[in-house]
Amino acid sequence: MTQTDPVGITEAGLEENIIKFTEEELVVEARDVSVTYGSKLAIEKVSMQVPRNSVVALIGPSGCGKSTFIRCFNRMNDLIPSARVTGEVTYNGTNVYATDQDPTEIRFRIGMVFQRPNPFPKSIYDNVAFGPRINGMDVDIDEVVERSLRRAALWDEVKDRLKDSGLSLSGGQQQRLCIARALAVDPEVVLMDEPASALDPISTQAIEDLITELSSRYTIIIVTHNMQQATRIADYAAVLMAGEERVGRLIEYGPNSQIFDTPRDHRTEAYVTGRIG
Amino acid sequence: MARAEFDRDLAQLESEIILMGGLVEAAVIDAIAALAQRDLDKSQRVIDADDRIDDKENEIEVEAITLLRKEAPVATDLRRIMATLFVASELERIGDYAEGIAKISLLMGHEPPLKELIDIPRMTDIALSMLKKSIEAFTQHDVEPTKSIADSIGSMDDEVDVLYNTVQADLIELMKQDADNIERATYLLWAAHNIERVADRATNIAERAIYLVTGQSVSVGGSETVSDAL
Repeated sequence: MTQTDPVGITEAGLEENIIKFTEEELVVEARDVSVTYGSKLAIEKVSMQVPRNSVVALIGPSGCGKSTFIRCFNRMNDLIPSARVTGEVTYNGTNVYATDQDPTEIRFRIGMVFQRPNPFPKSIYDNVAFGPRINGMDVDIDEVVERSLRRAALWDEVKDRLKDSGLSLSGGQQQRLCIARALAVDPEVVLMDEPASALDPISTQAIEDLITELSSRYTIIIVTHNMQQATRIADYAAVLMAGEERVGRLIEYGPNSQIFDTPRDHRTEAYVTGRIG
Repeated sequence: MARAEFDRDLAQLESEIILMGGLVEAAVIDAIAALAQRDLDKSQRVIDADDRIDDKENEIEVEAITLLRKEAPVATDLRRIMATLFVASELERIGDYAEGIAKISLLMGHEPPLKELIDIPRMTDIALSMLKKSIEAFTQHDVEPTKSIADSIGSMDDEVDVLYNTVQADLIELMKQDADNIERATYLLWAAHNIERVADRATNIAERAIYLVTGQSVSVGGSETVSDAL
């Protein structure tokens, strides 16, 4: 600990404060993942395992690298020219960053929903049908659209107006449309980067209920700034923090009861109780 | 400093507990003194003063609920507020035991006690010492001192239990000797029982103090130390 870094975030969390899972339980895993933007190190050697059919929340103060980290799981950082990812991310045991891996295929298997709803300027139907079509999936598109919209808890609200523009929907509905779009290509993991932060409380509640519902079928990794939201929807929470030099590190990762009731690391305690961040 | 106001509110809540502990302690001291001295006015004052203890519990509850609503606390903060509510409720019950002893004293009227009170005041001294220590443990916020205070409270509770068994045996013996003693012996038995319960409540507070600093529930007292039990 130093004076400029009063809670000591120059060190990652202790190994024993990071939960581990068995090979059978795992769906994705990050091993020593570091990301640099140009010459600037953004996150350093983050290792964590995500078990199947769970909801894992990534929490931490602004600028700790949560969004940078979540984007590593499906190679979204490839889209940022200056970003360089080292370490290994595996999905069902396969290295996502191996040269023979197709990033588009990975993004179908590991879908993503962003902070601001970003439907295409197309009809509701076409938004959901987009993935299966460009992926050339040999499926009944009508059926996929209905199933995805049902799973995203949007079907009843839009079934009579599928030809309307996706942009005609409310913010909360647009976000559920984006979730339906991600589900249409039958992913196994869905990454969500603050999916409810731009929504009103009722729409937020709908998204939270949906996440809980989806977790029986999918694995969800969610970045959230809302700690209460993490306690409500997540099974596990991972705390990332950055010190003075703005390098994000994994401080602690465990079940909600560990992170929010009896944190083992004093830095987690300081963050979750609002003393820092 | 982040959350300075919340920290002040938490400290304030803790001060309220210390204050309530003082009210409750005074109630037990007065109730036993009034019983021993046959001072019925004093017994009545103990009964009247119980409202103040009840009011204090309500105040603490309202403040704690407000903090839960405003601050959505987690981790130690949440445990502190929950533990405060629990301790306030335990203190309120101790106040009721004091009131109960005062009511027994009124029931006894101007009759002298069946026997000189020796073991009951001893039990009271130990139980009150446990009460003070339990509140000290609750306000420690430090694992090792809290554990050590809790262990000493555990041993004192054993002493109170031994004294209570002695009082019980003595009073039963007096009842056996003469059926006319039964009523007055029963009064003293009730008083002793109330003090024994004060000690139990103090032990509960110590257990809550351990929970506050460790997040774990343990049983204070018995052969195992708190460190062994954790």
